[in-house]
Amino acid sequence: MSAESSPKIVIVDESPIRAAILEEGLREAGFTGVVHISEMQSLLSRIYAVDPDIIVIDLENPSRDVLEQMFQVSRAVRRPVAMFVDQSDAASIQASVEAGVSAYIVDGLKKERIKPILDLCVSRFNAFAKLQDELDRTKHALEERKVIDRAKGILMKMKGLTEEEAYVLMRSTAMREKKKIGEIAQSILTASELLK
Amino acid sequence: MTTPLRIGFIPLVDAAALIVAVDKGFAAAEGLDVTLVREVSWSNVRDKLNIGLFDAAHLLAPVAIASSLGLGHVKVPIAAPFNLGINGNAFTVSPALHAALMEEIDGDRFDPMATARALARVVAKRKRSRAEPLTFGMTFPFSTHNYQLRFWMAAGGVDPDEDVQLVVLPPPYMVDSLANGHIDAFCVGAPWNSIAVDLGIGHILHFTADILLSAVEKVLAVRQDWSEKHPDVVAALVRTHLRAAEFIEEPGNRPAVASMLAQPERIGVDASVIQRTLDGRLKISPDGAIRESSRYLLVGREGAARPDPVQAAWLYAQMVRWGQTPFRPEALKSAMAVFRPDLYDAAVGHSAAAPSAVGAFAGPPFDPNDVLGHLAAFRIGRWKS
Repeated sequence: MSAESSPKIVIVDESPIRAAILEEGLREAGFTGVVHISEMQSLLSRIYAVDPDIIVIDLENPSRDVLEQMFQVSRAVRRPVAMFVDQSDAASIQASVEAGVSAYIVDGLKKERIKPILDLCVSRFNAFAKLQDELDRTKHALEERKVIDRAKGILMKMKGLTEEEAYVLMRSTAMREKKKIGEIAQSILTASELLK
Repeated sequence: MTTPLRIGFIPLVDAAALIVAVDKGFAAAEGLDVTLVREVSWSNVRDKLNIGLFDAAHLLAPVAIASSLGLGHVKVPIAAPFNLGINGNAFTVSPALHAALMEEIDGDRFDPMATARALARVVAKRKRSRAEPLTFGMTFPFSTHNYQLRFWMAAGGVDPDEDVQLVVLPPPYMVDSLANGHIDAFCVGAPWNSIAVDLGIGHILHFTADILLSAVEKVLAVRQDWSEKHPDVVAALVRTHLRAAEFIEEPGNRPAVASMLAQPERIGVDASVIQRTLDGRLKISPDGAIRESSRYLLVGREGAARPDPVQAAWLYAQMVRWGQTPFRPEALKSAMAVFRPDLYDAAVGHSAAAPSAVGAFAGPPFDPNDVLGHLAAFRIGRWKS
């Protein structure tokens, strides 16, 4: 396989969603030879079977240390592999580590061919982190909504209020005490637990 | 005036001084505002230290040397002013391999020469019956675990590159890999050996103190240029961690230390397992047999915290022996210069050089002035002079 055609890229990532996002991005950019490995058992033999030009791995993956073995002289390695951390390009190393991704390349692959791939990985990793963050916030909002609903139910029952009145009471209390309505709802739940 | 510092660590018992320094407030007392960052791989710790995301790190001693020499990775000179631990690893083998070794053993089962020779006979038998070669797990190419396993088996006549397979596995995966037969044995630090024994899937064959009397395991590593720019912070780090190490070594403090280390955001395993390690009193087989050693893990006692360049030379010699680098006198010098007793002494005003001996169970005493002559005494190796 000539490195001049589309390089073969292996993505080592236990997160299927992030790997899919990365794979899609790479394909859109014209890199068609992408293989995702999510199973960490026998990682090296899987990698050797694919024989990639570039390996991308997330930094949260403990199997990163396994890859370091590839740099050792070993009969199992068919060709030398080096890590893409060239001290001349400190900014891109920093960006990739901060994004949580690391890349390994086969020796001899030209740097200008790797840079766009790494940049793409970094931006997709950052996009995933943002997505994750939004997801967390949505989850949190949903949970807060559940708490508010339960607190409303308690107020309705204990004070004989309508749903609307119960909500208005919580909202005005929140405003008066400079708190979030979710916090007020939570204290209602806690109090009712204690008073049971 | 406090100095904010980010220190990376791997959740292992020999990160004890780092954790106690922060959680007991010793770091704060020295004006250090330390944030400990738990990491999942040595590659991450090394890279984040190298590019400055960490100011200091819990690092495998051989990685500090490899990084300084540019072996296997980019060259970033490291200074190690403090040893976080001496010894502390163990070899754990599957029940099947344990039984095979005990069947072949001729001599005391705690004598590493006897077990290494037994291993050679097991390996020869497997070759004759065309069984798959035995596979040993270790933590990193540049690790004490790798060198300790190799040193031991080679002494018995087993060539670690020809007769068996050595594979890198992240410590948290060791136990599962042993349970599912992916590997036959491993060398790793605490708590993983004890966890395998508790699960009934492994026997601790050796404490690595059986192999080498004194082997530096993890160091507190900083970038050399950073250490030059921040000598006061380096001195404060040394004092802080020596104080933590002394606290850890006081037997009365052990329960408190163990529960501190057991916290989920620190090491996150059962406090009793951690205490066994600190006490050097380990259950070594699923039937409950206990073995005690005063040299299982040393955190600061007997001058353990003071860096010893002879230890660095021994580690460099192993890199040469196993073909990770050709021997170069100037590289030996650079390797020895990674270990900084001068920075340690400057910080704590103590300069009585601890008696230095690696104390290997086989081969002649180590002489840092004649590394090649020393290596020539060993039959198995891949060095080229």
